[in-house]
Amino acid sequence: MSTQQSRSAAKVMLAPAVVLLMAWMLVPLSMTLYFSFKKYLPLRGGDLGWVGFDNYTRFVSSSSFWPAIGTTLLIVGGVLFITVTLGILFSLLLNQPFWGQGIVRIMFIAPFFVMPTVSGLVWKNMFMDPVNGFFAHLSRAFGSEPIQWLSQESILSLTIILSWQWLPFATLILLTAIQSLDSEQIEAAEMDGARLLGRFWFIIIPHLARAITIVILIQTIFLLAIFAEIFVTTAGAFGTKTLTYLIFQRVLESQNVGLGSAGGVYAIILANIIAIFLMRIVGKNLSD
Amino acid sequence: MARASSKRSKIINSLIAWTLGLIIFFPILWIIILSFKTEGDAIRSPIAVVISNWTFDNYFVVQDRSDYFKHFYNSVFIALGSTFLGILIAVPASWSMAFVPSKRTRGILLWMLSTKMLPAVGVLYPIYILFIALGILDSRIGLVVVLMLMNLPIIVWMLYTYFREIPEEILEASRMDGAGLREEILFVLAPMALPGIASTVLLNIILAWNEAFWTLNLTAAKAAPLTAFIASYSSPEGLFYAKLSAASVMAIAPILIMGWFSQKQLVRGLTFGAVK
Repeated sequence: MSTQQSRSAAKVMLAPAVVLLMAWMLVPLSMTLYFSFKKYLPLRGGDLGWVGFDNYTRFVSSSSFWPAIGTTLLIVGGVLFITVTLGILFSLLLNQPFWGQGIVRIMFIAPFFVMPTVSGLVWKNMFMDPVNGFFAHLSRAFGSEPIQWLSQESILSLTIILSWQWLPFATLILLTAIQSLDSEQIEAAEMDGARLLGRFWFIIIPHLARAITIVILIQTIFLLAIFAEIFVTTAGAFGTKTLTYLIFQRVLESQNVGLGSAGGVYAIILANIIAIFLMRIVGKNLSD
Repeated sequence: MARASSKRSKIINSLIAWTLGLIIFFPILWIIILSFKTEGDAIRSPIAVVISNWTFDNYFVVQDRSDYFKHFYNSVFIALGSTFLGILIAVPASWSMAFVPSKRTRGILLWMLSTKMLPAVGVLYPIYILFIALGILDSRIGLVVVLMLMNLPIIVWMLYTYFREIPEEILEASRMDGAGLREEILFVLAPMALPGIASTVLLNIILAWNEAFWTLNLTAAKAAPLTAFIASYSSPEGLFYAKLSAASVMAIAPILIMGWFSQKQLVRGLTFGAVK
């Protein structure tokens, strides 16, 4: 009897969240789909009729599509490589005993709490500015020409900024995973005479495999969507137009909504492919 | 001998950890320093910057020239509003999935998560014109709703993992004692779930405070929170390092402090309970 009652109560309690998220997903998504099959230019004639898959083919055949894909892959790949490699090393380090652990840990994770527009602008001006930036002063002190960071090494610069922001995330998650590693396991391996490198490759890395996968998947989803860091630093110039930024420009800057919407559908499909892998891991964890 | 070697390794570890920690933290430390310098000093070489005079002026200038606290208030309103609304909707939903699971619970949870993974840019235009149609473009209410919806899956998931950790025996015992649904939630569950709810609130405030896609695209002068206000420094006039530093320090300080308290919960929240 009480289960019957709590079951119907449960449905009522779940309903608002489900209905809201359903609306949040379906309404804008179907609008994007609708626009993607139209020639729609709000500032130049408005709705100019159905065009079938025209926007989809034009989006991928435009001259800025493949460069945008290249930029996206370089930035996402670069940031993933840096954050995962350094994240493993830093988490192993932070797991060792040393003085002032609390303070050092705070310093390591602090960048994660800096809002994207702040970190973009601070790096752009105070560090990477070729005249007044910290790096420029440093180069001049060593007698070399300052690097034009955001114009000549634009992708590297953005990779550095984003890695700085995401390194704490990787470090923190990997550290949490390491702390759950059985210290007896390590001691046993030590007794068996496993050397440092052996312990690293055969015990620690396999133990971290799942956490590393999760870090990679979650970061990929967030990195594919980065926007503010590019918006305040290069605004898409100097070859830093990612897929997300290209779509943003098509939709809001040049107001070619049909074309931008087709790009949006591509981005959604891409994100879903990665999401499937992530969901599989999270879902497995759910049934444990 | 083993003690001596472990002591030595502790010294080496400390040296490496402090060096790396300071390097990572340096950009933040640097803007804290710059925020207390005059504009003229802020662009000098690093050593000259450090030894130059200190001043509080920038913090006042930022407020006088650009009404900083209006944007600060917008950030507070949006972060707290979206969090409060999200918790209000998520607590019942998570409760029902954690304690009255059905065959569909797993599917619903994963589906909710999948909505979080939709790239925002894919639905930028629809949201934009919906906002215009509803008259909520550049309004705090509009952002509260969007950020609430955006973070709702994370809130539901976090609460779900916390609720699942509450032993079911306790609930059964209270039911045997004749507690109804309302008493059960108010007097048995709520006190035990409070720490979990608190850390969910904390994480969600952090995420909403720093959100920089919708806040940049859906606001102009009126409802712009700090993320958008700071972005206006991307095309500044004249010298601005010290002012930008002061504005940035004030924008990140509250969240930095909250973040320090929520390190552990952060991991759980951001990995949807997959790493604890």
